[in-house]
Amino acid sequence: MGRSRPDENNRVGYLMALPYVIFFLLFMAYPLIFSLILVFHKWNIIAPMKWVGLGNFVRLFNDALFWKSLGNTFVFLVIHIPLQIIVALVIANILNQKIAARGFFRASFFLPVVISGVVVTILWQQLYSQETGLFNALLSRMNLHKVPWLTSTKLAMPSIAIMATWKNVGLYVVLFLTGLQGIPFSLYEAADLDGASGVQKFFHITIPMLNPTMIMVLILSTLGGFSLFIEPYIMTGGGPMNSTLSCVLYIYKQAFYFNHMGYAAALAFMVALIIMVVVIIQRKSFETEVYA
Amino acid sequence: MKKAIFYIVLLIVALAFIYPFIWMVSASLRPEIEISDLSPISSKFSISNYKAVLEKIPIVRAFFNSLFVSCSITLSVLIFSSMVGYALSRLTFKGRDTMFTIILFTMMIPFQITMIPLYVLMVKFGWTDTYAALIVPGMISAFGILLFRQYFKAIPQAIIDAARIDGCSDLGILFRIVWPNSIPALITVAIITFMNTWNGVLWPLIVIRKQNIMTMPQMVTLFAVGGQAELIGVQLASATMLAAPVVIIYCIFQRYFIASMARTGLKG
Repeated sequence: MGRSRPDENNRVGYLMALPYVIFFLLFMAYPLIFSLILVFHKWNIIAPMKWVGLGNFVRLFNDALFWKSLGNTFVFLVIHIPLQIIVALVIANILNQKIAARGFFRASFFLPVVISGVVVTILWQQLYSQETGLFNALLSRMNLHKVPWLTSTKLAMPSIAIMATWKNVGLYVVLFLTGLQGIPFSLYEAADLDGASGVQKFFHITIPMLNPTMIMVLILSTLGGFSLFIEPYIMTGGGPMNSTLSCVLYIYKQAFYFNHMGYAAALAFMVALIIMVVVIIQRKSFETEVYA
Repeated sequence: MKKAIFYIVLLIVALAFIYPFIWMVSASLRPEIEISDLSPISSKFSISNYKAVLEKIPIVRAFFNSLFVSCSITLSVLIFSSMVGYALSRLTFKGRDTMFTIILFTMMIPFQITMIPLYVLMVKFGWTDTYAALIVPGMISAFGILLFRQYFKAIPQAIIDAARIDGCSDLGILFRIVWPNSIPALITVAIITFMNTWNGVLWPLIVIRKQNIMTMPQMVTLFAVGGQAELIGVQLASATMLAAPVVIIYCIFQRYFIASMARTGLKG
């Protein structure tokens, strides 16, 4: 009816969109602008701000801990992403067949997704525990050595990555399942006529057809990796020897333990920039691979 | 035979996702010396660990805080996001397309970058240690707006025209005509919003320091990190109490949960 009463609609449209405008100005635009001011200042929230120019960025480039936290995030991503994609693909392909109790299986894989990361982390901290943990109890029953899951600098981050995979994989199973159900059955029938094997069909039909889902999974797990916080916060506090210090945990510590608001804002700005670059690279490299 | 092996393997994999939770509940009911037992069965089950949690921290209060915050945010997101979604899909006004682009843009901004200035804003408003800090910044969601806009577009114009001829205002149309025709979208937004708020812990850790305003995940986190639990069983009891409400809701609405998350690809 927009055409018959354009003016009326115009006014009502503004009124109904108003909540978002207020929300955007207050909680999006203002913080973004303030953040751009903050990165050039030294500020402990109590004393007046002090202009330091590019000082925060100079400090950031020389801050070994910042680079360490970035490196830790990449260790996490390198283990988490491939593991997540492989496990999710395998489970999704199994669930996509005609099997009994499919709903039950789907619901079980999905259960950790809905449960708070706090619960999962507290639980896994006990599973990983050196002396009383379930994993080491299992290993010693099989006469194997106990593993220092969270106390070794080499293993702590991979252990967290494994836990995160366990927690999130159900979501990716569901995403892949949706993707699989969108592949036309005729493609497989045509391949059958050509005498293609199951493996060939998987790599030449299933994988390429899942490309949009794959990119979504890749980006979502990358964003997840860069926002890793509560897991190291509870499990290790960033240790041992800062080997599980994540980007967000480091920003959080700078801002709320040391009150280095300007520096923390600069760190956040840098991390956001890096996330953007990584996501763009992922997009570009994956899309050309398929459509070339 | 081959089929039997297939199902056994699948069942073992499924158990790998469920068993840790069963073990957690069982361990929280066991005495400390039995904590590393693999089996969930014990002859000495007791609720003493739960009593200890209730004595050490005001977790019941935290539960109601979380419930209040999550319900307020969910309700508000449903109302305001659907209003904006309606305006964007069903009304014409100048700047509508610009607004849509801005909303898409804000979804790409990581929380890391707005977290600190947002905290500063809360300090300026004097909202730290209040429910306002937990609720107000979450009252509208870009994801909700986009989902509603998408869904409302598909509603036949004839229904809306009919209501308008009957003298219905746009707000009336939204709540009396559009809402009843958009139940799946409402459920999706409600589930995702409620879950994200209930499970969210970083923002409460930043703006709340007073124990009587803390949300449940925040309190359980600090309980675990602070070493106040002393016993592993007590810590697991607090985690079980945090998980219980979501697990119960999940068991009832399991189908909706999975469908919602599949539709959006968003996670908690």
